[in-house]
Amino acid sequence: MAAKVVTITSGKGGVGKTTVTANLGTALASLNQKVVCIDADIGLRNLDVVMGLENRIVYDIVDVIEGRCRLRQAMIRDKRLPDLYLIPAAQKRDKTAVTPSDMIRVCNELRSEYDWIVVDSPAGIERGFRNAIAPADLVYVITNPEVSAVRDADRIIGLVEAEEKGPARLVINRLNYEMVRRGDMLSTEDIVELLAIEVIGIVPEDDRVVVSTNRGVPISLDEKSLAGEAFRNIARRTLGETVPFIELDNQGGFFSRLGRLLRSGGGE
Amino acid sequence: MTDFLDRLLGKNRKSANQAKERLALVLIHDRTNMTSSALEALKDELIEVISRHIDIDPTAVNIEMNQDGRQQRLIADIPIRGPKRRGR
Ligand SMILES: Nc1ncnc2c1ncn2[C@@H]1O[C@H](COP(=O)(O)OP(=O)(O)O)[C@@H](O)[C@H]1O
Ligand SMILES: [Mg+2]
Repeated sequence: MAAKVVTITSGKGGVGKTTVTANLGTALASLNQKVVCIDADIGLRNLDVVMGLENRIVYDIVDVIEGRCRLRQAMIRDKRLPDLYLIPAAQKRDKTAVTPSDMIRVCNELRSEYDWIVVDSPAGIERGFRNAIAPADLVYVITNPEVSAVRDADRIIGLVEAEEKGPARLVINRLNYEMVRRGDMLSTEDIVELLAIEVIGIVPEDDRVVVSTNRGVPISLDEKSLAGEAFRNIARRTLGETVPFIELDNQGGFFSRLGRLLRSGGGE
Repeated sequence: MTDFLDRLLGKNRKSANQAKERLALVLIHDRTNMTSSALEALKDELIEVISRHIDIDPTAVNIEMNQDGRQQRLIADIPIRGPKRRGR
């Protein structure tokens, strides 16, 4: 076994990196892969709460790097799945507590026993970003269908190339198909044309993402959710499967049109 | 009626199209590290240099930045004046 490292990053903050990391990790583990998620957002620990594992943290990645514990001791097992682990970020330190070679060392120690290491990167182009992509075999850039997020994604895609970690792949998160249909949101085609990059996932805007985060249960565990399915599809594509993108464009359009038809038939 | 007014005021242009057009320009500048005025200066200098060697019509010159995958390309279309106009 030789794990591959997938780093989840973005230019702009708040676009959904942590959500994608938790869901990709969970979905890969649901497909019987052995997975370790690493929170590389030092000082802004979040992956633990999104995965619902915050109460079980004893050690963090900086404790490992500074030799206060062994790697195993910092790995929290997610009991919902057979082989899913989290290595949390340190909360009271900053990014300078970790170097790119520390990240490479930690990942190399894990490679022989796992299939996938998913690294949650901080936003931006600074040290934290460099730490997170240093061990990467694959880089997924997350964006939202919105001007500033796409612009910042372009910047990051360029940097990933410059660091010889490219070509990065794109996840478009929080796509609102109804707005795209109205011509009020950049479409997948628009974004692909602008960024000239391969898309690995399209995740719809979905209130249930927030609800599942409230509960600490990644939405990819919810069989019925469309956002969950979008995350599971990212996992399957990561494993090399060819999975068509969900045609929400038609579905959403059809159902909302049907809805309007029914409403206007009944009420007006 | 509001539709008509909107169209009259140019409000009916889809905002997604505006976003795409604006982004296309911003990305050119971000990727090339070049502002619009720097691009204009480049065009003027190019025209000047080329005119020194061949007779061209400066008003018909078209120089623009194009996107080719993740690379930017400077495309210049410079019509050369025919021999007839040369003598004049
Ligand atoms: N597809 C989605 N639909 C709705 N809300 C989302 C979606 N993806 C992320 N969010 C919400 O957006 C916020 C930011 O997400 P997060 O993963 O923390 O971003 P980042 O790690 O990039 O800062 C969170 O509140 C999260 O629940
Ligand atoms: Mg985050």
